[in-house]
Amino acid sequence: MAGPELASTVRLMLNGAPVELVVDNRTTLLDLLRDRLDLTGTKKGCDHGQCGACTVLLDGRRVNSCLQLAVAVAGREVTTVEGLADDEPHPMQAAFVAHDAFQCGYCTPGQICSAIGMLDELAASWPSAVSTGPVRLDDAEIRERMAGNICRCGAYPHIVAAIREVAGGD
Amino acid sequence: MREFAYARARSVDAAVALVADNPEARYLGGGTNLVDLMELGVERPELLVDVTGLPLDDVTEDGAALRVGALVRNSDLAAHPLVRERYPVLSQALLAGASGQLRNAATTGGNLVQRTRCVYFTDATKPCNKRMPGSGCPAIEGEHHNLAILGASDHCVATHPSDLAVALAALDARVDLQDLAGPHEIPLVDFYRPVGDRPDLELTVQDGALVTGVALPPLPAGARSAYRKVRERASYAFAIASVAAVLVVEDGLVSDVRIGLGAVASHPWRARVAERALLGGPATEAAFEAAAEAELDSATPLRDNAYKVPLVRDLVVAVLAGLAGER
Amino acid sequence: MTRFWQAAPSVGHPLTRIEGLDKVTGRARYAGDVAVPGLAYGAVVPATIPRGRVLNLDVEATLAMPGVLAVVHRDNAPRLTDIGEGTLFLFQGDRVAHWGAPVALVVADTPERAREAAERMRVDYFPEPPDTVFRADHPGLYEPEYVNPRNPTVTGKGDVDAALAGAAVVVDAEYRTPAQHNNAMEPHSATAVRSDGRITLHTSTQYAYGVVPTLSKLFGFAPGTLRVLSEHVGGGFGNKGMPPRPDTVLAVMAATLVGRPVRVTLTRPQLWPLTGYRTPTAQRIRLGADQDGRLVALEHRAALQTSRLHEFTEQAAVYSRPMYGAENMRTSHRVVALDVPTPRWMRAPGEAPGSFALESAMDELAEACGVDPVELRLRNEPAVDPTTGQAFSSRRLADCLRVGASRFGWAGRDPRPAVRRDGRWWRGTGVAGAHYPARAAPTTAHATALPDGSFVVRVAASDIGTGARTVLTQLAADALEVPVDQVRVLIGDSGFGPAMGAGGSMGTASWSWPVVTACRELAGRLAAGEPLPPDGLTSTFDSTAAIGARADYARYAFGAHFAEVAVDVTTGEVRVPRLTGVYAVGRVVNPLTARSQSIGGMTMGLSTALLEESSMDGRFGDWVNHNLADYHVATNADVGEIDVTYVDDPDDELNPSGVKGLGEIGIVGVAAAIANAAWHATGVRQRELPITPARAAR
Repeated sequence: MAGPELASTVRLMLNGAPVELVVDNRTTLLDLLRDRLDLTGTKKGCDHGQCGACTVLLDGRRVNSCLQLAVAVAGREVTTVEGLADDEPHPMQAAFVAHDAFQCGYCTPGQICSAIGMLDELAASWPSAVSTGPVRLDDAEIRERMAGNICRCGAYPHIVAAIREVAGGD
Repeated sequence: MREFAYARARSVDAAVALVADNPEARYLGGGTNLVDLMELGVERPELLVDVTGLPLDDVTEDGAALRVGALVRNSDLAAHPLVRERYPVLSQALLAGASGQLRNAATTGGNLVQRTRCVYFTDATKPCNKRMPGSGCPAIEGEHHNLAILGASDHCVATHPSDLAVALAALDARVDLQDLAGPHEIPLVDFYRPVGDRPDLELTVQDGALVTGVALPPLPAGARSAYRKVRERASYAFAIASVAAVLVVEDGLVSDVRIGLGAVASHPWRARVAERALLGGPATEAAFEAAAEAELDSATPLRDNAYKVPLVRDLVVAVLAGLAGER
Repeated sequence: MTRFWQAAPSVGHPLTRIEGLDKVTGRARYAGDVAVPGLAYGAVVPATIPRGRVLNLDVEATLAMPGVLAVVHRDNAPRLTDIGEGTLFLFQGDRVAHWGAPVALVVADTPERAREAAERMRVDYFPEPPDTVFRADHPGLYEPEYVNPRNPTVTGKGDVDAALAGAAVVVDAEYRTPAQHNNAMEPHSATAVRSDGRITLHTSTQYAYGVVPTLSKLFGFAPGTLRVLSEHVGGGFGNKGMPPRPDTVLAVMAATLVGRPVRVTLTRPQLWPLTGYRTPTAQRIRLGADQDGRLVALEHRAALQTSRLHEFTEQAAVYSRPMYGAENMRTSHRVVALDVPTPRWMRAPGEAPGSFALESAMDELAEACGVDPVELRLRNEPAVDPTTGQAFSSRRLADCLRVGASRFGWAGRDPRPAVRRDGRWWRGTGVAGAHYPARAAPTTAHATALPDGSFVVRVAASDIGTGARTVLTQLAADALEVPVDQVRVLIGDSGFGPAMGAGGSMGTASWSWPVVTACRELAGRLAAGEPLPPDGLTSTFDSTAAIGARADYARYAFGAHFAEVAVDVTTGEVRVPRLTGVYAVGRVVNPLTARSQSIGGMTMGLSTALLEESSMDGRFGDWVNHNLADYHVATNADVGEIDVTYVDDPDDELNPSGVKGLGEIGIVGVAAAIANAAWHATGVRQRELPITPARAAR
């Protein structure tokens, strides 16, 4: 085991429940979820913030969990794809199934977390690179705001449709 | 990744005390660049001092200026009402960068000190004068289609990847810093060191100085500003060229102009030659083109990035013409 | 809104994916997600020279690092049998065949420790001068015995040179495409678990069954030793096909040495040198035609690269063989073996780069003759396969072109380039044809009736995102004449017997053949009153003989792509606001998952046209942009409106379910349609991909 200064005790809220464990300071939030907590819904596509497959909600905001050190998110609230559904799937999850908004499914948990975080950003009237004037939801806005989640299968039009349905744009 | 110790800074002074004397220590902000470089083996710190708990996350009015804390996240800054109202160029530059997820994590201070994305710098198995001084620069004869055309040297042709810093350069922003000697302030354009023969030395400030914020002076009355970024992919990509511009036109004449160029040099490039050529002259496309060409007279393109010279010229013209034509 | 099941008949209904909920909730376990007690982690130590020998590995220092359990290398690795597959013949000697080739594997108790130890490992090399850069005039180019998968290298008829000399109109142009990497979202991963002398390998593969004989021969395993599981696969696009990739060999070796389960997951940059790619190509097309655009001569020459480890020649010129009719035709390939990684399949190998060349040249011919590009293609429709003389089992290219022209709004198009300025954009439109072979390969499947009234179908298929699990469920349900919710289709297990992989657009055709046949037979046995034992009644079918007995036809899916392109007048940025794809692919089993496949293919075609290029630095023999920030694939923001439709294509000469496969045809010709539209927008011909701002308008 690493010396005490090279490892840390981390407590955080994970999908609504407290978690406490000792981590190698090098461990990313992504690897903590996948390798230590068996929450493998969050995927590792690139490990460098270049694909979005590892997107989770950190204090409600979407971030790339591969670039967050586990030790640095101590005390914060993390929601992963496993924490979105209660008895029923989250409306975004149901919409992704209904619109066939994925093929291989590997980027999908990240897409869904990102879409949920994105709609909150929209509700807060955050602008995007394609916004002109007051922020409102249209396909161009969804495409730009979801550009940080790569889908190599190319399900983008169906992802846009699923998000539009959940946002009430249909 | 090398094993490292981790500490949360309780104050700015404490943070600086931990890092300033230790070349193996780094500040951890949003982590979007540092953790990436650690995963790549490019950065191998033995100590990370997490500064994200410090009270540097506000945007405040300071007289006519706006003061942005170093820990304000890119997405918060882009959405801030005062920024959108007074400095559209800044909001546009931020939103043109990275992705929603990265902007939620990345900080203002971290953005300014991010490292180049030159593929040889980010690959620890390759030579690179910036990463390993004296090892050589494979980019000059290799993959450089998106590297520097201005201000580069025989030692390094890397570009600075920030969009934010290009806008800040055009806004005459100042950087707030703290080192062991205490707090001080420096114009953003003087914060970066020309490449010369030491590409590993990127900043003019002391090692271990902590960026605590950025000050934005008010724009002159009647000023319009805009940022335009060109990239190969429609989004989520670094610029191949970008222009941040602030323009004041009175009676058809340019009374104030500031132009920042991105993805052309090792630091955000302030186009002083073009600005001087334009000041007091007509705000016409011909004048804009002549000014841009004057700026680019000093360009030294490489085998595969000569396309950037006409691209930057035409982009400067288009952005300035757009600003001059706005009503 | 959500459609989880559909009453029989199910074929033709947009059933949502069987595993959809598992995928959206994170429950679906991919190869690297499977929980295994006592797991250790392997990290690759890659070669940092392109050619030469390993002189020394500092194993002792690595073993002393925290958590390191073992280092697998040339001195302690299991001895392998040379099966003619150099990419898998790992740690058997000191040769370095390319940059990034594994020289050791570090195994440790945590991934962080394995990776750090691998990065720190000191390796001394004896480097030799490498030959790494592909050129159309490379002196090492030669004609291989055959091209992928087993196509003739050269075909010809008539006298192309004489016909060109006498042709009223000639197009003679060279087209270039860069190296591309598949970049499925899930990196390759293999987890080997040994127990009681048997090995279970969880791996991300398009071909679960195929891994077994290859690795068994390589390691000398007795039959029954190795079982491969791949329940969910995070994309492949040819990159996870045969042969297995090195992660599988490394995991098995490491698990053998350390006596613990070992997982080897490649990093994103490691995918570049270790998992295959699309070769760069240089292709020359010569077309001769009469004044009305009727072809008299067609020549397609392709130059390609392979590695010194293994000869793989992408069949780029094969695209021209059945596509357009001419009396005089010649197609040929030459390949050069370099000190680089081995190229492999990437979505529509051959057809994707080949169609860029031919369909671009057809556009140039249309311009030269003053004939509309759609009409030009209609004028060159052959009655039979122009190369082999075989009859087509069905050929609906003309329908695809006409329907596409109508849906896209092609009529009345002004053929002149660079006359449509719309604010900051030049606008243009373009078209290309497409085809892809419709094949099937021998597969065995089992259908079991259970006493509770439900059915289980087992076939070693892979669902890499194609919807295979879903369409096989639909086809099985209809064959059994029951609702889909009474049928469970189990896939991704080599134990189910020989089966084709998910490749060559052959998956559904190959798997459904025995699935449908076995299900029909089982339904017949039940209807005849055969008793149902407690453990169920099973029918098994092997399609080998039936496939061999098929009549002699040229079997192809056809399609047409239409693109609208906008080019920024200032910057040369290229955008594709609109794509239309029309396909004749036999029967469409599930219009929902079919549409996903088609838009996915078109999106990869768009990405090919505008973005993708692996950049080889010849001094290192390495693609230096080996990450997803520098190697661009299309994002959501790059994709505009996509219109997909299918024309009726009844074809009785295929297989029991009448499917042609549609995983690949969606990419074929898209880059040409976009390049042709870019020319129409700006007047600048785009003969080299990708069409970056640097190339588009200057």
